[in-house]
This record gives sequence, C-alpha cells and structure tokens, in this order.
Amino acid sequence: MIPVLDGLDLHVPAGLDDALRMLASGDARPFAGGTDLMVLLDAGRLPPGRYVSLWELAELRGIREEPRGGVSIGALVTFSEIRRSHAMAERYPMLCAAAAQIGGVATQNRATIGGNIANASPAADAPPALVAYDAEIELLSLDGVRRLPYAGFHTGYKQMQLARGEIVSRVLLPARDRGWRDGYHKVGTRRAQAISKVCMAGSIRLDGDIVSDIRLALGSVAPTVVRCRAAEAALRGRSITDETVDGAAQALLADIAPIDDIRSTAAYRRSVAQNLLSAFLRPADQK
Amino acid sequence: MARLLDVLRAAGLTGTKEGCGEGECGACAVLLNGALVNSCLTPLAHAAGAAITTIEGLASDEQLHAVQQAFLDCGGAQCGICTPGMVLAAVSLLRRNPNPTEDAVREGLAGNLCRCTGYGRIFAAVLEACRRMPQATA
Repeated sequence: MIPVLDGLDLHVPAGLDDALRMLASGDARPFAGGTDLMVLLDAGRLPPGRYVSLWELAELRGIREEPRGGVSIGALVTFSEIRRSHAMAERYPMLCAAAAQIGGVATQNRATIGGNIANASPAADAPPALVAYDAEIELLSLDGVRRLPYAGFHTGYKQMQLARGEIVSRVLLPARDRGWRDGYHKVGTRRAQAISKVCMAGSIRLDGDIVSDIRLALGSVAPTVVRCRAAEAALRGRSITDETVDGAAQALLADIAPIDDIRSTAAYRRSVAQNLLSAFLRPADQK
Repeated sequence: MARLLDVLRAAGLTGTKEGCGEGECGACAVLLNGALVNSCLTPLAHAAGAAITTIEGLASDEQLHAVQQAFLDCGGAQCGICTPGMVLAAVSLLRRNPNPTEDAVREGLAGNLCRCTGYGRIFAAVLEACRRMPQATA
C-alpha cells in the first residue's frame, strides 16, 4: 500500500483563474515546489486540508526584462533558473549567490523564489538580497494585482502582508545604475545544506572615497529580514576609515535583535553580523 | 497526497531509497524531466506526464552507465544506501558540466550525504567517469 499524507489533497488547477478562485474560497492554501511544505506536511506540522498547486501556472514563471528597465522574476522561478540566468549573473549577482546556497541541486531545482518569500522564514536566503536590491513584490488575487516595496512585506515572525486569497506572483528588481559593488555572505554550520545563522547582503556606491549610497540587509538576526538603516546612516556621506567602520558596526546593533535558538546564540550572531559588515566594507583586507 | 518516492517503491523500483524524508540527504533523488529532484519532497501530481529516471533505468541491458562502472572500480560505494542518489546526482552534474573540477563535483553532490565513505572515493569515481565518457573531451 502506498502511504498517503493524511487528509491532504493537492489540487492541480485548470489554470490561474481556477487557482485564484480556490484560494479565494478560503479553504485552500498555495503549494509551489514543496521543498518547505512537504517537510512540514510530512511531520504533521500543518493542518490537513486542500492545497492548490501553482507549479503548472505559466503566468507565474519566467525571468523578464521590464520595459522601464529592471527585471521581473515569476514567483515560480526556481533557484536553478536564477543561477543559470545571465541577467541575474550580470546585474543581480547576490541573487545568484543566494540561489547557489539554498540546499543542494535537487532542492534548487524545485524551490521557488515565491515560496522562499511566502514561507516567511527570517533565515531564508534570498530575502536579504531582495532587500539590498530594493525589490518590489507583486501580489495577485481575484481582486487584481498590487505592488508593495519588498522591504516592508514581512511584518513579524512568519507574518506578512498577504491577504486571504492572495499569492506572491512576481518579484521586481529595479534597474541599476553602474558603480554599485555587491557583497553577499551566508554563515551556516557547514558550507552546503545548512540553514543560515547570519546572512548579509550589501550594495555600496562610492563617489571617490565617499560612500554616496549604501543598502544593507541581514537575515537570521530578527523576526524578519532587516534593512540596516542605522548602519547605513553611519556610513552615508563619509569615507571608509577605521572610525567609520567601527561606528557602523556599533550602529548595526540598533538594527538587529538576534536571539539564542537551536542554530546559534544572540552574542555569536551580533559578533558575526559586525564582522560581515566590516569585511564587506573592506574587501581588500580579506584573503 | 502521495509522494513520488512511495509510488516508485510500491511499483518495485526499490533502488530509490528513503533516507531523511525531508530533502536533506538525497538518497531518494531521481531525474524528473532530466532535473535532479528529491522524490520524498515531490508530490505525485507534479510528476504527471513527466519522464522519470530512477537508478534502475540508468544501465542499458548488459552495460553499466559510465558513472556506475566508475563507482564500482573506484570503491565509491560502501553500504549502498546513498549510492543510487549519489550516482544520479553525478549523472545530472556531468550532463550540465561534462568537465567539472573537483570543487564543482563537491558542489554538485553537496545535497547527497554519505555516512560511510568520507566522500573521497565518490569524488574520485565521478572524476574517473568524466575521463571515460566520450563527451568529456568534446
């Protein structure tokens, strides 16, 4: 006999409208590549009921150039597709770096960017890069489409601005001027197949030796991924010296609220977050 | 909801193993339309109409696949539980990258855990298979 995940029904919709109608009725939840949900379902940690498969919906796929510049990534785009995309490698390399560190190849072939967002883990690997790139998120329901800045989408631990019947449909990365330098670094227990203890994504632009603009994001150090505005403010308009790097590392402590948990401690996370920031600001000191 | 893993095994294709059951170990890896997936995390509905290659489908009648033969010759298998997934992960890697460096082999197999070998002979087997395969020089 084939074991069946008890009381769970995965409905394959006839199309996008059918899927949105089922989700609007309120008794079904969206299901993408399943790399997070199947683990929870198997462990009995999600309620029984109906799930709607989004996997077959072509509208939610594809990496597209946007007419006004920038790139739109369908929610069902897998991390393998992101790794293979030339547009990503050339213009948004932190997303490729994140994609390469999400599980192994078999996970990357099934895990989707929309799922990574909607699973709403503060330890997710793509969100810090999305925040540092100032991404927008597109949400879709029977009522239509709306767009939000991604940075405010997650409102608390596993909480997000997703209404009943709404799905994440696309992620929009704005066009980038030249001159930004990016840095993405995930720290886990081992180099592969690990959930992050701290993960940082940063974009910086220098005018001479003055920081003309900077965006910093950290994962696994708060209930949601955080944009590190205090650390950014300590750097913007200044040159990178021992004093400003130390000042930014100190300011960073106001941006984050790490905890002790199964993977690490608050003290370790604070220390690593500061080290990642210093390493990002002074790449020449590495090696 | 049925898992692809359970359906394969119930059909007698018991080469596909269940290790962790949560996508961490790769023992249940199969090729779904040519892409490596963990069958423990794949609902049957997502395999509808797809071409699935399990370890049973890799050898032709009398001839092992070059990766299987290299695992045999290099001592790349001990207890054997990880071996089907490991071989399929290697096949999937060599299709994408016919001439991988050892680092690329390590990364390509990073989702497949082995608790016996220490990996050294597995990596050696994959590099040996790559040397023996005709496309490796192409």
